[in-house]
Amino acid sequence: MKKTLSLLATTSLISAGSAACAVDLEVTHWWTSGGEAAAVAEFARLFNENTEHTWVDGAIAGAGGTARPIMIGRITGGDPMGATQFNHGRQAEELVEAGLMLDLTDLAEEEDWRDIVNPPSLLDSCTLDGRIYCVPINIHSWQWLWLSHQAYEEAGVDVPTNWDEFVAAAPALEEAGKIPLAMGGQPWQQNGAFGVMAIALAGIEAWEAVNVDQNAEVAAGPEFARVFEAAAEARALSARSNVQDWNQATNMLITGQAGGQIMGDWAQGEFQVAGLVAGEDYSCLPGLGVNEIISTGGDAFYFPKIDNAETEAAQLELASLMLSQEAQVAFNLKKGSLPVRGDVDLEAANDCMKRGLEILASGNILPDANQTLSPDTQGQIEDMMTEFWSDQNYTAEDAQRLYAEIIARAD
Amino acid sequence: MSRARRGTAPVRPPIRLFRNLSSKIAAIPMVLVGLGVFVGGTIWTVVYSFTDSRLLPRLQFVGFEQYERLWSTRRWLVSIENLAIYGIVSLVFTMCLGFLLAALLDRKIRFEDTFRTIFLYPFALSFIVTGLVWQWLLNPDFGIQSVVRSMGFPNFNFDPLYNSDLVLIGLLIAGLWQGTGLIMVIMLAGLRSIDEDIWKATRVDGIPIWKTYIIVIIPMMKPVFVTALVLVTSGIVKLYDLVVAMTSGGPGISSEVPAKYVYDTLFTRQNLGQGFAASTMMLVTVAIILIPWAYMQFREKRQ
Repeated sequence: MKKTLSLLATTSLISAGSAACAVDLEVTHWWTSGGEAAAVAEFARLFNENTEHTWVDGAIAGAGGTARPIMIGRITGGDPMGATQFNHGRQAEELVEAGLMLDLTDLAEEEDWRDIVNPPSLLDSCTLDGRIYCVPINIHSWQWLWLSHQAYEEAGVDVPTNWDEFVAAAPALEEAGKIPLAMGGQPWQQNGAFGVMAIALAGIEAWEAVNVDQNAEVAAGPEFARVFEAAAEARALSARSNVQDWNQATNMLITGQAGGQIMGDWAQGEFQVAGLVAGEDYSCLPGLGVNEIISTGGDAFYFPKIDNAETEAAQLELASLMLSQEAQVAFNLKKGSLPVRGDVDLEAANDCMKRGLEILASGNILPDANQTLSPDTQGQIEDMMTEFWSDQNYTAEDAQRLYAEIIARAD
Repeated sequence: MSRARRGTAPVRPPIRLFRNLSSKIAAIPMVLVGLGVFVGGTIWTVVYSFTDSRLLPRLQFVGFEQYERLWSTRRWLVSIENLAIYGIVSLVFTMCLGFLLAALLDRKIRFEDTFRTIFLYPFALSFIVTGLVWQWLLNPDFGIQSVVRSMGFPNFNFDPLYNSDLVLIGLLIAGLWQGTGLIMVIMLAGLRSIDEDIWKATRVDGIPIWKTYIIVIIPMMKPVFVTALVLVTSGIVKLYDLVVAMTSGGPGISSEVPAKYVYDTLFTRQNLGQGFAASTMMLVTVAIILIPWAYMQFREKRQ
């Protein structure tokens, strides 16, 4: 009798103890569109099911540009959340330097993140002075030209297979009353499209010289002159596209009003939601069909330092869970992005995702400009790009000169 | 003092500092907040505008580098130009329209209350809502342009928000729609405070109504005009939310304004030094306008 009693007492103690450890962990992110919200819900589900902690969703509406100042404000203002999204790269650099982020190195060594994470450059972006401060969770690449089969059928031309064919087919589309290139009016889209054209048309070496080594001479050189001319051409093709948001532009492809769009792989989520099938209703050309290369930008989670051992334990559990095979598959299938580990099986992936996975496996990858340039430099380039894309009289030479100046000043 | 030394009854004058002591004590928190938040914050901002602070402030002085970069940045120059154009046009139009509407309402028309409410209603909306409403109205595919086209004018073109040359007009339409009502009400109050006898006197003298307004009424309403002017100008300098809601600076950078440059560099671009330099320049601009005005006001009072 006494034994059972003490046993009961112990079990109740244990359960009471574990209940006290359960932590409500607030996670902030800017994933609010349909596919994105579904993807992040997978993380929440796994976290709630597999641990005793609770995921408190802190979605911030608006794109990263709106959300990041709020997140940074909360962290520097002394009201840190449990975990927060940033893009890979330099966005949180100074927060880490200021010692505001939790050091994940011990966990990373225990779970061999160095061997798991592919490509390793993702983990390098999380590393400062040999310590690891973030969990990369997905890979998003910008280098895709999406094409609407409906638009090309109605115009009576074949669906292009590379950038030159795309430009050649444009007059037929315009005759049919369609817009050859859909382009949202926001600076990050215009800058992104230019980046894609730079990798495809100037080549990897020139792109790396400018974006990684910040070599202003190459930025002013003949390779980039070609890119700026092509961009001026693309500008003319997108002249009549009166939309702002990227998903509105993608919608023009879905409804057959526009022929193509240069946009990252997140555009695929929109096609999927609309019930279109890759290869039948739309197709994708990585690297504009010229250079099959993808850049490995994406999202990572940072864990602000909170002076509470229980919270810290919960943060580490979440970090470990986000990188687990199960979470990687569940999240990335919904998000349309590629997983950060090569040892997971994405059978359910569609054609376009599979092409991305192949390119990733073959190692034709580059870092994302967000990883190599500071937000300040990126911002200056965006200002210049948006002016260039929206003003048909802005010459390619002027734009290139200014671009080289910004690169020369970059830090 | 000299009398006190001679030993006569010391009648001390009340110390000025202690006059109205309780009200002065009550004002202390306000004064401290004013000094700490406004003056202290301003000094802090100006000091850090001479550093190379990025995401977090740090005291690493770089001289006038941030200002040199600021004044060689095209976006900043465009912003200043836009604000100047928007400011002047909006000032002239709000004052003129506001006065005109008030004068018309003051002619003892029927349904005055209804009209006054209609004109004042937009002011109850925030700039964000105003901006979104007009963004839809001016959208060529859904708004005014498509309505007029569907009425049988297929060549009608009106898409100011998508045309760099006309985008300021789009902003002005929305800004005027929102702000004129308030100025009208202030002017109307001013007109109502004018003595009825003045109107009678001018009628006896046979002065036409429009002339009465210009040579008699408007000069008498000077304080009302000053109030309206201060309200309109302060609204112009802080122009930000309307732009964000309507164009977010586009097309290109053709509708950027200084306040938006400050916000973007401070927060999204993580460059505090540059943002502080820009906000210091905004402060200097405001000071250049306000100091002569304040000086004049104080001198008048002293006289």
